[in-house]
Amino acid sequence: MRTWIERHKNILDFTLSSLVRRKRKNAALVSVYTLIVFLLASVLLFTYALREEASILLKQAPEMIVQKLVAGRHELIPVAYMDRIQAIKGVSSVKERLWGYYYDPVVGANYTLMVAEDPDVAPGSISIGEGVSRTRLASPGDTLEFRTYQGVTIELEIKKTFSAESGLVSSDLILISEDDFRKLFGTPKGFATDLTVRVRNPKELPTIAMKVAEILPDTRQVLREELLRTYDAIFNWRGGILLAILFGAVLAFIIFAWDKASGLSVEEKREIGILKAIGWETSDIIRMKFWEGLVVSLSSFLMGILLAYIHVFFTSFMLFEPVLKGWATLYPEFKITPFIDGAQVASLFFLTVVPYTVATIIPSWRAAIVDPDSVMR
Amino acid sequence: MRKSSVFFIYIFIQIVLLGCMFTHASYKQHISLSHLQEKVNLVQRLGLTDLCLFTEASYTRHLSLADFHTAFQDSPMALEHFPSGSLVTHPLAAKKTYENVD
Repeated sequence: MRTWIERHKNILDFTLSSLVRRKRKNAALVSVYTLIVFLLASVLLFTYALREEASILLKQAPEMIVQKLVAGRHELIPVAYMDRIQAIKGVSSVKERLWGYYYDPVVGANYTLMVAEDPDVAPGSISIGEGVSRTRLASPGDTLEFRTYQGVTIELEIKKTFSAESGLVSSDLILISEDDFRKLFGTPKGFATDLTVRVRNPKELPTIAMKVAEILPDTRQVLREELLRTYDAIFNWRGGILLAILFGAVLAFIIFAWDKASGLSVEEKREIGILKAIGWETSDIIRMKFWEGLVVSLSSFLMGILLAYIHVFFTSFMLFEPVLKGWATLYPEFKITPFIDGAQVASLFFLTVVPYTVATIIPSWRAAIVDPDSVMR
Repeated sequence: MRKSSVFFIYIFIQIVLLGCMFTHASYKQHISLSHLQEKVNLVQRLGLTDLCLFTEASYTRHLSLADFHTAFQDSPMALEHFPSGSLVTHPLAAKKTYENVD
């Protein structure tokens, strides 16, 4: 066993010396490899953490949302519909939601305004999300101006700011009283934006949704399961965000491994020829190339994944921020909880380290079985 | 020191750091429980349906509630033009059919 270890250590010593001899080329190789792993791992870590957090948070979302549709578009729903839904067996509660969007021309940002039963949001006062506070440089005690549907300006006092940690759900949120909301948007009494439904037994939800569709044919029902599946679909590998970034990185890696697998440089072939001529066996050369592939791929993989972790959870996905911001003026700062999937890290290891190491061995084996004399010529 | 020993020490340090990464993640999950609970409470209390990921367009801000006309929101010939629209998939609720049009 000791001889076996010593033999491999000797081969590794030689391999490292050989890599150091071509240090510029190999440094470039390791840098590119690390960058590809870093990109792939950053996207995987970010999307997995978001998917986990979304599933934890949205499990508390209403079991069903009922919205009125007119000509395929979302319309205000009559509050009278609540009684008809409440009459369905199995429904435990129906609540109205009043919410909408407000475009702030001062900073060019969109806010989500929502009515809440909260002591902090009495008429004339509001609670704002961290993103609104950051964008408008406003804090509790300040007032924000809003232009009503009639063109009149009203001032509302900020009573509370949500913590930065809750930004993932509240960054652009403004909680407002019902009176102020109706004054701002002209929403008539007796109408709400949509209705939320809670049921006694979640297993009955599809049946209750069907009954709602039957008695209120001008509505659509969005189930909590669908919310969860929507967010799961966005952040799985087929979702747009992942596919767009992963496609480029995976293609770069394929080209990279293909270049390595397709052949050796003249210098590398000559080195193999010389080693064969001085008595190295084919198996020793394959061992040497195995170590070469492993040194490059393992160190790049480990470095890439560590940098990706720092990038995602310490710098809040800084490099991809412009992609996520889009044209938005108000954007949440992604302080996400670091949920890591060990299986995902292992998959990334097998998808990057193993193919590269194998791709390094095959052409070397081909060069090693040829007569040393012809290789050196 | 032999080059192979230097390499093994380097890989060992990186593996230890990888272990630290998992430990840090688990520690952060533990100390973030109160923040997570705060978000859970907000979702429950206000009946929120979506994460605040993209604020530029209503259908990416509340993407689970986007409707059939999202792609043509400005006019029947309008093309999707918000950057975030290309990063997200359509809401699954929109896949349901309300009328058989075939």
